[in-house]
Amino acid sequence: MMLGALATLLLAQLAGEVVARALGLPIPGPVLGMIFLLVAVSLRRTLLAALDPVAGTLLEHLSLLFVPAGVGVMRYGAILRAHGIALATALIVSTVLGMTVTALVLVAFERRTRIA
Amino acid sequence: MTRHIGEIWVYLQTSPLLWLTLTVAVYALAAWLYGRSGSFPLLHPVLVAVVLIVALLRVTHVSYERYFEGAQFVHFLLGPATVALALPLARNLAHVRRSVVPIVVAIAAGSFVAALSGMWIAHALGADTDVVLSIAPKSVTTPVAMAISQLLGGYPSLTAALVILTGIIGAVLAAPLFAIVRVRDERARGLALGTAAHGIGTARALQESQLAGAFAGLAMGVNALLSAVVLPLLVPLLVH
Repeated sequence: MMLGALATLLLAQLAGEVVARALGLPIPGPVLGMIFLLVAVSLRRTLLAALDPVAGTLLEHLSLLFVPAGVGVMRYGAILRAHGIALATALIVSTVLGMTVTALVLVAFERRTRIA
Repeated sequence: MTRHIGEIWVYLQTSPLLWLTLTVAVYALAAWLYGRSGSFPLLHPVLVAVVLIVALLRVTHVSYERYFEGAQFVHFLLGPATVALALPLARNLAHVRRSVVPIVVAIAAGSFVAALSGMWIAHALGADTDVVLSIAPKSVTTPVAMAISQLLGGYPSLTAALVILTGIIGAVLAAPLFAIVRVRDERARGLALGTAAHGIGTARALQESQLAGAFAGLAMGVNALLSAVVLPLLVPLLVH
C-alpha cells in the first residue's frame, strides 16, 4: 500500500511534467501534478486514506527538503555580500509587506461577508 | 593512523552517502533544537541547518557540487511532496470553495506588493538593474521563479538563491508578524505564507495546521501561475 501511494505521487508528478512541457504551460510539473491529484482525490475519496501515510510523512518533513537548495546560496556569497544591505532590506521588507497585505485582504473580505 | 583517516576522508568525501547523511542528521539536530527552544523564530530549522552545513563545507573545502551529489536525493523529494499538498487541500476544499474570489484577490495583492516593493527597495538602495530584475520573482516557487528571471533578463541562479532566502525570511518572521498585525485566522496565515514565502512558507504553515497548510499550498500554486503571466508583462514597463 505504501508502495502504491508513492507510485501514485510520482505518477501525478510525471503527468504534470509531461503536460506542462507538452502544452508549454508556465507552471511547474509538480504544481500541475498537485492539481491532477486533487481532481483524482475529489473523484475517489478513498484515495485520501490510502495516500495519507506516505504523503503525511513527506509533508511532515517538508522543511528538510529545502535544505539542499538552501545550502546552494553559498555559491552566491560574493554577489550577496556586494549588495548585502540592499538585498537584505529588499527581501525582508517586501516579504513582510507581501504577507501582511495577503493576510489583511483575506481577513477584510471575510469580515465584510460576515456583516453582510 | 592519520594516513588511514585521510584515506577514509578521501573516500567519504567523494561518496554521496556522507552528504546525504549530513543533510538529514544536521536537519534532525536543528529540528530538535527548534523544538527545545519552544519554536524560537530565529532558530528555524532550515536556517540553522543551512548555516551549519555551509560552515562545515567551507571549513572542509568541499564544493557545493560535491555536496549536492549526496543532497540531491533529499532535494528530489520536493517534487512528490509538492504533489502531496493536494491532500490537505482536498480535505479543506469546502473552505476554499466558500471564498474563491477573496482568495484570488488576496494572493494577487500580496504577490504584487511583494514583487514591486522588493524591486523598488533594491533599486533605491543602489542595486544594479539586473539584480533588481532577479528580485522580481523571489516570492515564487523556484522553478517558475528561475524561468521568470530568465525572461526578465535577470540571473536565474541568483534568483534561486533569493527565493530560498525569501522563504526562510517568511518562515522566520511569520509568527511575530501575525502577532503584530493581529491575524489569527489560519486561512489568512496560510495564504500569506504560501504567497510571500512559497514552499518554505508552506512547510511553516503545515506546522500550524492542515488548514493553514492547505491554504499555503494553494497560494503557492496560484501565485506561481499569476506571476508567470503578469511579471513578464508588467516589469519591463517599470524598468526600462
